[in-house]
Amino acid sequence: MMNDLVLRGGSVLTPEGVVVADVGVSNGVIAALGTTVGEGKTTLDVTGCWVGPALVDIHTHLREPGQEWKEDVESGSLAAAAGGFGAVVAMPNTMPAIDAGHLARFIRDRGREVGLVDVMPSGCITLGRAGISMSHIDDLWKAGVRIFTDDGDSVANSAVLRSAMEYISALGGVVSQHAVDPDLSSVGHMHEGSVSSRLGMYGIPHAADDITLARDLVLAEMTGVRYHVQHLSTANGVELVREAKRRGVAVTAEVSPHHMAFDHTAVATTDSNFKVMPPLRESSDRQALIAGLVEGIIDAVATDHAPHAALEKEVPFEEAPNGMLGLEWAASIAIGVAALTQEAFFDRMSIRPAAIASLPEHGQVLQVGTAATIVAVDPLHTWTPTTTFSKSRNAPYIGMELAGKVRHTLLRGVVTFSDTPIVAGQ
Amino acid sequence: MNHLLSTEHMPRDLIEAILDDSDEFGEVLTRPIPKVPALRGRTVATMFFEPSTRTRMSFEKAAKALSADTVTFSPSTSALSKGESLKDTALTVWAMGVDLMVVRHSSTGAPWRLAEWLDIPIINGGDGANQHPTQALLDCLTIRQRFGTLDGLHIAIVGDIKHSRVARSNVFAMATLGAEVTLVGPPTLLPVDVENWPVKATADLDAVLPTVDVVYLLRVQTERGGSSVFPSFSEYAERFGMSSERFAALRPESVVLHPGPINRGVEIGHDVADHERSLILAQVTNGVAVRMAVLFRLLGGDHDE
Repeated sequence: MMNDLVLRGGSVLTPEGVVVADVGVSNGVIAALGTTVGEGKTTLDVTGCWVGPALVDIHTHLREPGQEWKEDVESGSLAAAAGGFGAVVAMPNTMPAIDAGHLARFIRDRGREVGLVDVMPSGCITLGRAGISMSHIDDLWKAGVRIFTDDGDSVANSAVLRSAMEYISALGGVVSQHAVDPDLSSVGHMHEGSVSSRLGMYGIPHAADDITLARDLVLAEMTGVRYHVQHLSTANGVELVREAKRRGVAVTAEVSPHHMAFDHTAVATTDSNFKVMPPLRESSDRQALIAGLVEGIIDAVATDHAPHAALEKEVPFEEAPNGMLGLEWAASIAIGVAALTQEAFFDRMSIRPAAIASLPEHGQVLQVGTAATIVAVDPLHTWTPTTTFSKSRNAPYIGMELAGKVRHTLLRGVVTFSDTPIVAGQ
Repeated sequence: MNHLLSTEHMPRDLIEAILDDSDEFGEVLTRPIPKVPALRGRTVATMFFEPSTRTRMSFEKAAKALSADTVTFSPSTSALSKGESLKDTALTVWAMGVDLMVVRHSSTGAPWRLAEWLDIPIINGGDGANQHPTQALLDCLTIRQRFGTLDGLHIAIVGDIKHSRVARSNVFAMATLGAEVTLVGPPTLLPVDVENWPVKATADLDAVLPTVDVVYLLRVQTERGGSSVFPSFSEYAERFGMSSERFAALRPESVVLHPGPINRGVEIGHDVADHERSLILAQVTNGVAVRMAVLFRLLGGDHDE
C-alpha cells in the first residue's frame, strides 16, 4: 500500500494508549496505523517523537483586523503551525472588536485562505467590549462562534455578566473570562509583592484575579453556563477552580506558558517583554499552576500569544502594552518546564482545548479514519530559539534554552510546518 | 562606576568616596569664583521627561561649576509632544554630541533603558517611585556633615514611603552607611513587603521621636494610584506632621530633613522648617556639590573602577 505520507517510528497516542508505530496518511486522513503501514510518497522519520493530535490554542491574539503591524492571520498562522497547532481560537479584541457575525466570518475566512491552521473566531460578550450590553450573540453563534469573551477586559458588571451567562448558557456556548478586577488592577503594572515594592511600581495584588474568579464561579453555578477562566495566575485561583469542579460547576481553566516559565523576579530588570496581564506572580504561584496543570485541575495550556511591535515594547515598562508571544514555544514549556507526560501533554494541549472550543475535528487520538491533523514533538531535543514567524518579537523565549521541540505539524494530511527538510520518497 | 542609576548595591566605599569628593566640591562653591575647569568642553544633557525645577537647576549649576556645557530637553516644547518615542528622542540628543545624560522620567526603569541604548554615562535624576540616587547622596552628605558619620545613627523616614523614590534611594544608602532606619507611616503609605527591607517600620511617630537622630520628612499627597491613602491633610498632620510640639520632643541634637518642596502645616510645622536644626536649605546647597562629584566621577577621568 502506498500512502501519501508516512510518519515513521514515533510514540503514537492511540485509543489504546501510547504505542510505537508508523502512521500512514492518505487523502487527508489516517489510512493506516501500526507496524506494517506500507510505504509513503513522503516519509518523516519521527523516531523518539511524541505523535498525537495537533495542538489547539484557545487563546490567540492574531491582531487582524486593525493592528496588522503587530500580527495578521498569515503570520500568526505560520507561528501557530511552527508551534504544533492545528487550530487556534482568535481573541475578539481586534479593531473593530468581533461583536457581530460578519466580523467573525471574516476571521474564519482569512484563516481558510491562509490554510495553515483552523482559525476559530471567538466573539465578544458585550458590544464593543464595553461591558454594558450584550454583543450580537445569536449572530455570532450562527457564524460559528462558540467561545464568548471580552478578553483584555473582565466583564466587571455582575448584572451584565449574569445576563450574558444566562443567554449563552441556553445556546451551549462558553463564557471565557479575563478574570481580573479592573479597580484593583487599573493602575498596576506588575504583581504586587517584593519586586514591585523595591521598584516603587504600582502592583496588582493576587486579590484582583481571585475575587473576580470567585464571583464568576458563583454566577456560573447560578446560571449553569459553561464557564472558562483564562490565564490563571494565582495559587488561590487553582484552589477556587478545584473547589468549583468538586461542586459540579461547569468550569474549565487555562494557564499560559509564561505563567509557568517565569515569576515576578523577571520584572526586576524592568524589561517590558515581561509585562503581561495578569502579571507574572510569585514562585509559589508558578509552582501551584504547574501542579494544577499536571493534576488536571487546569484543563489547558493556552498561549495568550500577544504580539506587540518593537516600537511599542521599546519603552519604559509602565508605558508598554501587556503581553508576550507564545505560540512557537508553548509545547516546549509544557514539556520542559511543566514536565507533562505524553498523555497529559496531548490532553492539556489538544484534547481538552478542542472540547472547550467545540472543535470536533480536533483533539482526536490517532486512529484509522480520523483526520490527519497531527503533530510530532521531540520531547528530548533542547534548542535555543533565535527568531520567530510572528511579525513581532516580544518574546523572552528568544535566546533561552528550551527542552522539547515541535518537528512536524500536519493539518488534514498537509505538512504545515517541518523543522527538517522533507525528502520525497525515502 | 559607568552610570549612577540606583543606590541599591552601591558599595559603601564608593558612596563614601563620592561624599568625600562632594565636601571638596562644596569648598569650591564657597570661593569668590565658584568654578573649576574640570569638565571644560564636555556637554551634559538634562533630559527631564517629568516636570522638575529644583533638580534640573541643581544639575545645571553643578555642570556649569565644572565648566561643562549644558543642553536641556523639556518634553512640553520638544518632539515628544509630536509623538517621538523615548528611544528616538534619546538617540537624537545623543547624536548631537552629548557626553552624559541626566534623566528624569515618570516610568520606573527609564534611565536603565537609556543606559542600554546609548554608550554614554546616564545619571538617574528620578524614575517613577523607584530611585533618585543623587538625592540620597546629598541627604547622606548633609547628615554626615552634621554628625561626622551615619554609623549607628537612628533615622526615621516619615510619610509616603510607598510612592517615594527619595525614600527608596535613602533606605539603601543610609543602611549601607551603617544607619538604623525606621519607616513611619500608615499601612497605605508603607511598602507592601516592608518586612523584607533593611529597616524597621511603625505607624507610631511619637514612640520613635525620643530615640532618633534624624527625622526625614517626605512630601505627601492624599491621592495615590486612583484611591485615597489617608483621610485628610489635617488628620495626616495630626498623626505624622512634625509640629512644634513634636519637634520639642526630639533630643536636642536631633535634626530634620525634607527633600522639598515642603508643605508647611502638613508634614512640617510652620516654624520647624526655619529652625536651626532644620537642614532643608543645607540639603539644597549640598545637592550642587554632590552632583558635581558625580558628574566629575563619571566624566572626569581617573576614578574608574
